[in-house]
Amino acid sequence: MSEGIARTGTASQPNPGAGLFGGEAIDCDVHVTVPSMQVLVPYLDDYWREAVTTRGLDRHKMNLTGQPENAPLFARPDWRPNQGAPGTDLATLQSQLDIFGTKYAILNCMYGAQALHHEDMAAAFCGAVNDWIAREWLDRDPRLRASIVLPIQNPQNCVKEIEKRADDKRFVQVLVPAMGEMTLGRRYYWPIYEACERYELPLGVHAGSTYRFAPASTGWSSYAFEDYALQASTFESQLLSLVAEGVFAKYPALKVVFMESGFAWLPPFLWRSNKTWRGVRAETPWVKQDPAIIIREHVRVTLQPVDAPIDGGKLERVIEQIGSDDMLLFSTDFPHWHFDGLDALPETLSPALKKKILLENPLATYSRLRESDPVQKVGARSL
Amino acid sequence: MNVNVPLPKQETPAEQGLSIVDCDIHPAPKSVDELFPFMAKRWQDHLKTFGSHVRQGLADGLAHPRMTPDVARVDAWPEDGSTPGSDPEFMRKHHLDANGVEYGILIPLGRSGSHQRNLDYGAALCSAVNDWQIQKYCEFDKRIRASITATQEDPAVAVAEINKRAKDKRFVQVMIPPRAVEPLGKRRYWPIYEAAVANNLPIGLHLGGMGGHPSTGSGMGSYYIEEHTSNVQTMQSLITSLVIEGVFEAFPDLRILLIEGGFAWEPALNWRLDKHWKRFKEEVPHLKRAPSEYVREHIRFTTQPIDEPENPRDMRPIIDWVGVDRLLFSTDYPHWDFDDPRYALNNAGLSVAEKQQIFSGNAKKFYGLQ
Repeated sequence: MSEGIARTGTASQPNPGAGLFGGEAIDCDVHVTVPSMQVLVPYLDDYWREAVTTRGLDRHKMNLTGQPENAPLFARPDWRPNQGAPGTDLATLQSQLDIFGTKYAILNCMYGAQALHHEDMAAAFCGAVNDWIAREWLDRDPRLRASIVLPIQNPQNCVKEIEKRADDKRFVQVLVPAMGEMTLGRRYYWPIYEACERYELPLGVHAGSTYRFAPASTGWSSYAFEDYALQASTFESQLLSLVAEGVFAKYPALKVVFMESGFAWLPPFLWRSNKTWRGVRAETPWVKQDPAIIIREHVRVTLQPVDAPIDGGKLERVIEQIGSDDMLLFSTDFPHWHFDGLDALPETLSPALKKKILLENPLATYSRLRESDPVQKVGARSL
Repeated sequence: MNVNVPLPKQETPAEQGLSIVDCDIHPAPKSVDELFPFMAKRWQDHLKTFGSHVRQGLADGLAHPRMTPDVARVDAWPEDGSTPGSDPEFMRKHHLDANGVEYGILIPLGRSGSHQRNLDYGAALCSAVNDWQIQKYCEFDKRIRASITATQEDPAVAVAEINKRAKDKRFVQVMIPPRAVEPLGKRRYWPIYEAAVANNLPIGLHLGGMGGHPSTGSGMGSYYIEEHTSNVQTMQSLITSLVIEGVFEAFPDLRILLIEGGFAWEPALNWRLDKHWKRFKEEVPHLKRAPSEYVREHIRFTTQPIDEPENPRDMRPIIDWVGVDRLLFSTDYPHWDFDDPRYALNNAGLSVAEKQQIFSGNAKKFYGLQ
């Protein structure tokens, strides 16, 4: 447990008894996995409970394509539990939080219900997942927070789910996959953003695809490697969609968090967005400022994977080119494998920047993390 | 509203003693009849009756209409009102002579055989466009070179077209679109690469194509700004496919030029591919080297639209990370986002020697010019 503590300190008070970061770190991307649909059954209504049984729905593994749970990237060997799939075991997660000295960890559950076609089935299952997260995870460790898994197929169902969860302040953002049925800026989704702004829940966009389309404009790639590398490209497109459609003009208090997207692609993306906007802005008159300015104000990105090398000062150069110290949010992306040992936070970063990434930026992004006593509604799910 | 802001007067590169090879000039027919001399009557009739049959809703138009007529800069219209790029005499005066272009490479767009779902019609169009480039432009001005367009979805026919045209050295590359029906790294397209290498021709991949997929992995954007930008992501997925499918293991002599995608995004893509390759190695055992090694060795970029960092000094590290020798100057004449050679490379911190490399040295080497 004390291994590696002396290696790196943040500028805040090092506390040898409380893990690497001495409680001064907020992990903004940690994964939990639904072990099987059986655990969701208690949270389903009579109709869906019967459907699960008679249709054998619980025989379906609801794993999303492109995230094979046993592939090396998605399961760091020392973060696998002794039994069960990676991300299903609380004790394994708690051990990691202890070692890192994490103050809060935000749980993101990428679940296959977001890829179903039946809107109400998706809503039932997503609702059950959120109940299950509250009971089996949030109730069991006061460090844990979570994203509300949204049945993205139907924005009205998403709004209902948000309103159901809003009083439980341990839910700190909403969660949608990066690759869905439409670009995220589209007006179709605006009721979700209205609810997010109202309840101070950032829109969390996490790497992952429902594969409604080929992963890229070039068509259906062959390999999971390709698809994983191409997530960043779709994040760029989604970011431009949110800006160009005027989401931030309409919802000025809305924040967006990109998770597991990488960030080294940001500087050339910002420059290109500004340049093109100058030439074609007549078509989007609601975009009244440089896209880069809008993005720096509204968008945040989790740290893992760190996709710029640390040799030759490249990482520092990239962060400088991004033009903001406020955008990066610390994450380990447990149990995914992006770094070895405790190397979550690149050593070459300045102490001041480390502190921002570890603690200040997450606190500024997630207003609900600032609640000292998050309200917990017993039996949050109403029937 | 667009406002004209006059730039300070600058010398052309020619006035500074620098020669230019423009790797991206767009010719156009004044009317479709120009292609008829190069098409069998059966296909002339087909064009007039059934016409374009493509993987998008508008048969002949762009589903994201552009901001200026014919995508063109407003001063590029010949006196008789025909479409920009359609008058070789005007192109010579307005661009080749005015900007001191030593060689100009044609990239024909519009009415592309590569987009057609009827593959036989597509082959007829490609062949006609190839003849037309030579007869109308290359014969007119000895500085002009052409690209062999081919139906990538019908690789055997594409190979025949490549082999037929390769003897005329005014064709300097094979041209197929990045947005094909499948990612271009897939094995079904490999006969095209084999033919290109056998004829010592590079492949020029100019943005575009109608493979039938939305412009993003999450659907179509609404606005032209999204569509314009999505071509960067297309280049990213194109590189990813070529590398990961093992095209460069199979064809170690293959040379690729990505045209009109810019280049500032390339270092981040390379870092990302290398980093994730470590974790995905077992899925792709045919890759013997880090992805970025293949990219650096086989892929080059034209410069337009030149990226403009908010802080100009941020451009130099990008160029260093990409490599001066991998950049080939282009203007995209006569499109609205044309890069003027008087200004395009001024803020990149380049030495005169480096400018000469990018303006012409790299392209002359790449295309075997002079």
